[in-house]
Amino acid sequence: MEYFRRRNGKWRFSLTGKDAVAGLLFILPFLVGFFFIFLPLIAESLRFSFSDMQVTGDGYILTQTSNRGLGNYLRAFTIDPDFNLQLLGSISQMLLQVPLVLIFSFFAANLLNQKFHGRTAARSILFLPVIISSGVILALENSDLLVATLDSTTDSAAIGNLGAFLNIRSFLAEYTSLPISVISVLATAVNELYDIVIASGVQILIFLAGLQGISPSLYEASSMEGATQWENFWKITFPMISSLILVNSVYTVIALFTSESNEMMTEIRTTIFTEIDYGYGSAMAWIYFVCIAVIIAVVGGVISRHVFYYDER
Amino acid sequence: MRFMRAGKRITPARVGRMGWSLVRGVIVIGICFTILQPLFLKFSVSFMGESDLYDASVRYIPKNFTWSNYRLALSGMNYGTVFVRTLLLSAGVSLLQLVSCLLVAYGFARFRFPFKKLLFGCVIFTMIVPPQVIMLPLFIKYRFFDIFGIFQLLTGSSVNLIDTYWPFILQAATTMGVRNGLYIYMLRQFFKNMPKELEEAAFVDGCGKLRTFVRIMVPSAVPMMVTVFLFGFVWQWTDSFYSSLYLNRTQVMSTALSSLAANVYRQYEGFGGSMSFISPGYVSMINNTGTVLAIIPLVAIYVFCQRYFVEGIERSGIVG
Repeated sequence: MEYFRRRNGKWRFSLTGKDAVAGLLFILPFLVGFFFIFLPLIAESLRFSFSDMQVTGDGYILTQTSNRGLGNYLRAFTIDPDFNLQLLGSISQMLLQVPLVLIFSFFAANLLNQKFHGRTAARSILFLPVIISSGVILALENSDLLVATLDSTTDSAAIGNLGAFLNIRSFLAEYTSLPISVISVLATAVNELYDIVIASGVQILIFLAGLQGISPSLYEASSMEGATQWENFWKITFPMISSLILVNSVYTVIALFTSESNEMMTEIRTTIFTEIDYGYGSAMAWIYFVCIAVIIAVVGGVISRHVFYYDER
Repeated sequence: MRFMRAGKRITPARVGRMGWSLVRGVIVIGICFTILQPLFLKFSVSFMGESDLYDASVRYIPKNFTWSNYRLALSGMNYGTVFVRTLLLSAGVSLLQLVSCLLVAYGFARFRFPFKKLLFGCVIFTMIVPPQVIMLPLFIKYRFFDIFGIFQLLTGSSVNLIDTYWPFILQAATTMGVRNGLYIYMLRQFFKNMPKELEEAAFVDGCGKLRTFVRIMVPSAVPMMVTVFLFGFVWQWTDSFYSSLYLNRTQVMSTALSSLAANVYRQYEGFGGSMSFISPGYVSMINNTGTVLAIIPLVAIYVFCQRYFVEGIERSGIVG
């Protein structure tokens, strides 16, 4: 018991003990929130997903679903015609977007880390999506027909043949011999450029912070030894920032999966609040959550194996 | 032609550097354009008359310049009241969660206590659970709020906290608000990177733990705190998820924005149906105007905090 010691026959807190108590007091808000609000909610939600719920005037009644409570889950996988497709669609779209967001934000952070005129302005603009493209604004934007049509009509009217020429998918398919899967990734990257830029604000911030944290003496030393910028990038910048690649990929997965514009999220929401099917909605949410957790575990596991730590702490 | 000046020869390296800065310029301007263009489009659409929408020759500059969209959106959102309410709510919530996250982050950064790793894992866990999972229990919790059955004992029934600000306050005070896990993480990394000597010196001078925290650590974390405050403020401002969950009758900016089109429609009906049908284009135009109105305060705050924001991130050491 390193936390206690004996003095004059009584047990008192030792110095480490006092430290531990102080630490626990500091994190008290979190402890209260986690154990008295968050965990009960999670447990409750899990219970809902195994039940059929009926709302009455002053509360609700839970009854166990068929198949010893697994009814809602079985319904999602075997009966609901849309769920599997939506889930797969959601996940594959995310898996495509996550690397694109990572690559873009890494690139943008490197760019913003260089010295050039108007760097401050460029930084402010690139971080702007963090501010303006969140929550309801993003949701409204995605459902906005007008601006989308306005863009497409004027595009085709004004640019005409050039517009068709710029259709990247058919262009690549016709003039290059790349496999279709590669083409579709590239086309997504181009067509969803806006979404990707919008989703990268926080990641750029994190990468930029990391780049600023690399000691210049490392670069000086390696340049002395005759390394080129290219070598510096792969031998210094990349390893030094690799821990942040881990942080960012986890953050990106979370942000994209839980964004309010996500198809699966809206589906769960309508099931719960519009169709008032609580049990089924909770089951869907849990399946979705398990998928995210698995993806994060896999991504985290794979990347953390290659992360380089400058000083092991 | 700067590189033609005497004494400076055109070397391949020089040309390469110039070429790169040209390419870089194009890329940076391109990215900035991608971000600013939709904003600008929203802004210009908000001044257009309806006929401009169907006019292919109008793209950015409205032909029939009008303020009527703003008039409609302002009254449809009940902007004045909603603005003040949202401002107070967002500022209050983000301040409260800043304080609680600061405390928790410092606790995780500097003290050793049992199960620390596990508890920090719990912080991450709160981040990755999609809010939809706990949406319904959350609603039920605050609809029938009770602390260990105390209210039930005293008054005979649980308390309904829906349509009050208590859910926001309770969530923020216990670091369960919107993305609070991220703030704890950011602040913890910042505190971890601070030199320990500062605090040790304070301890030696007889400063208590809490006082060291308030006097020494907090002042040096100001840029980071501004960043967290800004994030909290903005995400509270635009959050429609929790707002529509906790508030049924009371409207805040985000919920007002999502019901704007319906409100405008109802107003028209009230005037005797001068417009029996609103075209989707018009709805979207009103929505764009509303979005501009909702964004303007955020941009103002961003411009104001921007210096701290960028600086805070740079020195933060989210790195760690």
